[in-house]
Amino acid sequence: MKHVKTLVAGIALVAGMSTAAHAASTLESVKAAGKLKCGVNTGLAGFAAPNDQGVWTGLDVDLCKAIAAAVLGDSSKVEYKPTNAEQRFPALQSGEVDVLARNTTWTLSRDSQLGLDFRAVNYYDGQGFMVRKDLGVSSAKELKGATVCVQEGTTTEKNLGDFDKQNNLGTQPVKFKESEQARSAYDEGRCDSYTTDASGLAAERTGLKNPGDHIILPEIISKEPLGPAVRAGDSQWADIISWVHYAMLVAEEKGITAANIDDVKAKNAEGTDGADAEIQRLLGITDKMGEGMGLSSDWAYNLIKQVGNYGESFERNVGKNTPLGLDRGLNALWTQGGLQYAPPVR
Amino acid sequence: MADISAGRTSHQPSVAWWRDERKRGLIWQIVVVAILGLCLWYVIQNMIDNLRTLGVTLGLDFLNAPAGFAISFSLIPTDLNSSIGRLIVAGMLNTLLASAICIVFATIIGLIVGICRLSRNYLISRLATAYVEALRNVPLLVQLLLWYVAILQLFPNVRQAISVLDLMFLSNRGVNIPRPIPEDHFGIVMIALLVAIAVAIGIAHWARRRQVATGQQFPSGWVGWGIIIGLPLIASLVLGTPVTWEVPELKGFNFQGGMVLQPELTAVIIGISAYTASFIAEIVRGGILAVSHGQTEAAYALGFRPGTTLRLVIIPQSLRIIVPPMTSQYLNVVKNTTLVSAIAYPDLYSIIGTSLNQTGRPVENIAIMMAFFLVISILISLFMNWYNKRIALIER
Repeated sequence: MKHVKTLVAGIALVAGMSTAAHAASTLESVKAAGKLKCGVNTGLAGFAAPNDQGVWTGLDVDLCKAIAAAVLGDSSKVEYKPTNAEQRFPALQSGEVDVLARNTTWTLSRDSQLGLDFRAVNYYDGQGFMVRKDLGVSSAKELKGATVCVQEGTTTEKNLGDFDKQNNLGTQPVKFKESEQARSAYDEGRCDSYTTDASGLAAERTGLKNPGDHIILPEIISKEPLGPAVRAGDSQWADIISWVHYAMLVAEEKGITAANIDDVKAKNAEGTDGADAEIQRLLGITDKMGEGMGLSSDWAYNLIKQVGNYGESFERNVGKNTPLGLDRGLNALWTQGGLQYAPPVR
Repeated sequence: MADISAGRTSHQPSVAWWRDERKRGLIWQIVVVAILGLCLWYVIQNMIDNLRTLGVTLGLDFLNAPAGFAISFSLIPTDLNSSIGRLIVAGMLNTLLASAICIVFATIIGLIVGICRLSRNYLISRLATAYVEALRNVPLLVQLLLWYVAILQLFPNVRQAISVLDLMFLSNRGVNIPRPIPEDHFGIVMIALLVAIAVAIGIAHWARRRQVATGQQFPSGWVGWGIIIGLPLIASLVLGTPVTWEVPELKGFNFQGGMVLQPELTAVIIGISAYTASFIAEIVRGGILAVSHGQTEAAYALGFRPGTTLRLVIIPQSLRIIVPPMTSQYLNVVKNTTLVSAIAYPDLYSIIGTSLNQTGRPVENIAIMMAFFLVISILISLFMNWYNKRIALIER
């Protein structure tokens, strides 16, 4: 009989739990856990890759660190979860990661159908093609009937299909699950061309046997605004993510770097003559802006001090002195002819 | 005291339901099923609720949307305008093709290697042992990658392709062979082929009955194959060979025309067949060793040669032991084909992965894939169980 009683109690418990659980906001759960779970790429040089000491570095990694610094005060409190192209959205939808900083393109279908929100673009990119120099091809429109190595499950595949239909190319795609396989098959000569985002092309070229034998064709066949994604329905968390990125842009606009931030803060202390009001608001000297988002008033100070501004992050990870050697291009500040533009801090 | 074996005799004094063992057992079973059903309902309801909070609905309407991507190999015609549903079907056919070919090759190679391992020839048996040990102990994904890279590196670039009589071209883009284009009367040749097959089977039956009745042997194998090849050949010669061949030519980036056997499919077939054959070889060896040695001695005493003993006496008895584990190996072949997307073969798993990413519906896509594999596996199991019953020895 006592077994029957525990059984009945068990059934009642299960039935009681079947009502929808109270959803904690992402900010609360990150603070409670004491660390940020960040979904990143399994290994894309310049964006998210472990270096030879096993430490994660990259442009997306810097964004994760900046969010952790803003929310938790410490940029090292991040747990990096590498996800491949098919795991990334279920990982975010199910709550396994708090933010997906995985060079993911912001598209209409992803915004509307997946239950995700995109708010900021941390890298404006576009899809391009890489071919061997000795093919004598100088334009992507000359790739009639060529075989193209591509990683499956990405917007790359769809853009290739669209470009093909538009220009009647009849290309034959060879699709691999992992980008490493796609690159090595291209290197072996299985395909005439390799296609992915232009930043990815630069990164992958460094891993080929003879990088100098390959050229990147000039056509950019698509817009690929890469940015962090969060779950829909939590606009406070979406605000936090986007304003972390904007804070890095404003810092670069104002010339604030990780090295000089303390000087700048001292020079703009409350009541100083000639102080920049926006810097004062950004660094929390006046007008506690962070509180509206549920953060402390030194959210921007922490993230700039520990990670740097957008320009520093760019040059450190994908800039001219790195193996990728990318120009600022579209990712320059709006004052320098690029697209990176932050709303005002007020 | 009430008799514990209540229910066995018809005139027992009726006991309370909670003391009756059978009824108690029934109630426990109903309770367990109810709890399992409740857990399942809770899990599914939770998932639907959470998806609704995110604004995602469940449904299969995404299958009709144009996919917008092409695949490199497909048995049914597909192009950039095909719907996602059609591409998923193409993926299913690709998986089935790879599985079927690998099952056939793995069985043949496994049988041979298993028998070789029992050979008295030192070299052959040691080579077979080395094959089994090497391939069983390396993960399949590693083997597939190795075969793919080996094929890509072994064969030259498409611009320096090895040409055989200018008809067949070997390169690391695949083996290009001429494609037959049937002309008007080709249907008659096909009918001739079917007739020839029926006649060959008929001759085999007749020859077996004659041997049982009179003991005279008839070379039905040779005659049968001769008819199967000869009759359609004669028919096509009479009709003036109604077939033209489209020869592959290197134009632009690749060979145009003809048929191509892609390195992806080749690597898949070699990799999975070799790997599964190493397991099947051990199963075959176990089955053969399990047949009592007395059978072999009796066969030798009757004057059978070792080859005939193996074929007519040992193997039919060992099938009882071999067939059940073979079912597992065949199911493994089907499931292992999901690894081939690492080497660019467009099987169902790879197409579902793309569809999952582009439509953002993980639940429906994974459900389709699971349902497909479940159905295929159950069909294979059913067939193997039927075959097992058929060859089982009937004990008297």
